[in-house]
Amino acid sequence: MPRRLLRDGLIVDDDWSYLAEAEGNPAAPLILTLAEWQSDRDRWLAQDRRLGVVLSPAHRVELLAHDIKRFALIGADFSGPAEGRGYSQARLLREHWKFTGELRARGYVRRDQLFFMARCGFNSFELPDADIEAAHAALATFSWAYQPSNDAGLPLKLRRRWRDTPATA
Amino acid sequence: MLSGNWRPGGYRTYRDAMYRYDVVDKTLVTERVAQFRDQTRRFLAGELTEEEFRHLRLRNGLYIQRHAPMLRVAIPYGLLSSAQLRALGSIARRYDRGYGHFTTRQNIQYNWPKLEQVPDILAELAEVEMHSIQTSGNCIRNTTSDHLAGVTPDELEDPRPWCELIRQWSTFHPEFTYLPRKFKIAVTGAAQDRAASQVHDVGVHIVRGPSGDLGFEILAGGGLGRTPIIGQVVREFLPREHLLSYLEAILRVYNLEGRRDNIHKARIKILVKSIGIEEFRRRVEAEWLNTRDSGLRVDDAEIARLRGFFVPPAYRRLTDSEPAAGKSTAFRAWYRYNTTAHKVPGYRAVYISLKKPDVAPGDITDTQMELVADLADRFSFGEVRVTHTQNLLFADVEQDKTFELWQTLEKAGLATPNIGTLTDMISCPGLDFCSLANAGSIDVAKLINERFDDYDYLYDLGELEVKMSGCMNACGHHHVGHIGILGVDKSGQEWYQITIGGAAGADASLGEVIGPSVAKTDVPETIARLLDVYVERRRPDERFLDVVRRLGVKPFKEKVYAAPAAA
Repeated sequence: MPRRLLRDGLIVDDDWSYLAEAEGNPAAPLILTLAEWQSDRDRWLAQDRRLGVVLSPAHRVELLAHDIKRFALIGADFSGPAEGRGYSQARLLREHWKFTGELRARGYVRRDQLFFMARCGFNSFELPDADIEAAHAALATFSWAYQPSNDAGLPLKLRRRWRDTPATA
Repeated sequence: MLSGNWRPGGYRTYRDAMYRYDVVDKTLVTERVAQFRDQTRRFLAGELTEEEFRHLRLRNGLYIQRHAPMLRVAIPYGLLSSAQLRALGSIARRYDRGYGHFTTRQNIQYNWPKLEQVPDILAELAEVEMHSIQTSGNCIRNTTSDHLAGVTPDELEDPRPWCELIRQWSTFHPEFTYLPRKFKIAVTGAAQDRAASQVHDVGVHIVRGPSGDLGFEILAGGGLGRTPIIGQVVREFLPREHLLSYLEAILRVYNLEGRRDNIHKARIKILVKSIGIEEFRRRVEAEWLNTRDSGLRVDDAEIARLRGFFVPPAYRRLTDSEPAAGKSTAFRAWYRYNTTAHKVPGYRAVYISLKKPDVAPGDITDTQMELVADLADRFSFGEVRVTHTQNLLFADVEQDKTFELWQTLEKAGLATPNIGTLTDMISCPGLDFCSLANAGSIDVAKLINERFDDYDYLYDLGELEVKMSGCMNACGHHHVGHIGILGVDKSGQEWYQITIGGAAGADASLGEVIGPSVAKTDVPETIARLLDVYVERRRPDERFLDVVRRLGVKPFKEKVYAAPAAA
């Protein structure tokens, strides 16, 4: 059964494969680990398929800097309920490195983190089934935010204190 | 509901000189209550594991403690309206056992709420513009400040508008809700540091820059716990409009590079210590260069809007008087110790001591909360403040009304004249309530109070800060006590390690251990011997702290361990 995803606010079947899943389907869009990408760069570039790469929490985003345009997808891995580096990775990718492709949160991703992840720039999420059904509500947990952020993964425009309200409100 | 405060007693709040929620704040707090109600429901229905729920409840101030859940409610930078304090009292009565505990970081804790009732408590708090958001967990905690903000003569600028700005910026910050460890920010604007800002993850000091403009000195990497460290200066002068972008740069460096493999090495102080302040500064500044002109730039209109919430109340035109003249010794002592200077002639700031000898430090009953709220309406413009030292404060009392106020406080057990003295101890809840503690602290406080019940002696000792923690997490700030007491577990028994020479103010320092830990019953005798050395060796006007700094630990140590304690 194909993996279900939440992407841009919609529940969809995943059209991407990780390397272990991609056997016998040489044209399918392919997600590599950073190690797989770095060890065999020329081989992947020679293939006529869309490429994605997944960062571990400890990876610095700058490792992708020179190649960022080659990826249609970048993933960040959340190793457990306490992991939080992916939020900064996402903001750096969106705001500093201007990554406009699919930014995917994977690993320990639940409805309770979804809103913050979407505000940081993730627009696709690998979620357990129970959470995927609840995702729409989760993305609307809050209808305002205080801080500016890129909000790239929120399907609806969020109202923000420091941009959307007049200072004298 | 905070405005138009006509009480049955006929008192009226004639200012609301504190931040008031607008539609944004109200909506967010209400939505958070709904979110937490659903998370609690999912946990009780078995849809969330203990571990999953732990991460969620902690970010809303809910611990599971020794006896029951403990709920920590934020009192942003220590400011309460009388209506809010009444609500806290009412919650203590209906959901708890009739009391609450004020902490060293301007929070109040309830020790006996029922898990399934917590969402209802939060809904009631939201009604009076309060919450427990981010009062625990690995996120940015309640922003704390000087309890004398706006009234102290030694202030450069009122820090509270900046505190409120930081409160909003840090609330539900999408990037910094899953940090390596907790993160505490304190802001001060005065020469004296009454917020322990140098032992915070980040300390923000309002300072005057080279061109005469006010801006901020930024410290990072301070903290207590197992590895106590005084914060170091990251930036000597930050122009005011960059406050949030600079904080965001510090937090981003910490979020990405702070250790996550060892809970005891995960605070920002360990990162700063391991790479050094220069390298830390370089990384922060590099990050900040990329973001300083982003949407986080604080515009003048927004800070003016926030300042508008903290305008001075309608002071009467008065002159300074001497209210203690000709009054009883008891009142004179109280006036001297429990009131302090105010920048407006004819006014005093008045401490309400929560350090009565037979009560746990920082504890207050429901009816006391309601009484204090009524007195705040009568005597201090309907406002109450919570101090870092676990007392309450009326910031704006007319000097000529202090006697009347004292009479009422005295009857309610709230006029113990001991502010700044030995028995004005800071203490965590200790083994009696906290599942982390090694040893009791409340009963030790009681033993100390029994031993030192002679006020002439206490007053003769002068300024003395005793701070006590039940374990090395240091919630009672023992490292920065002039005398620090740390509960340790020695093969199942409660023992206490004593440090001397710590300080939390502008001259912050960490205390030094005097020697092997002592048994619980020997703690008062140990303190008595330390004080004997002080009394013998002091020069005129020297505090205990000064003598320790001048002589070192040695003479104190010799006296304490000279012979078995008599006690």
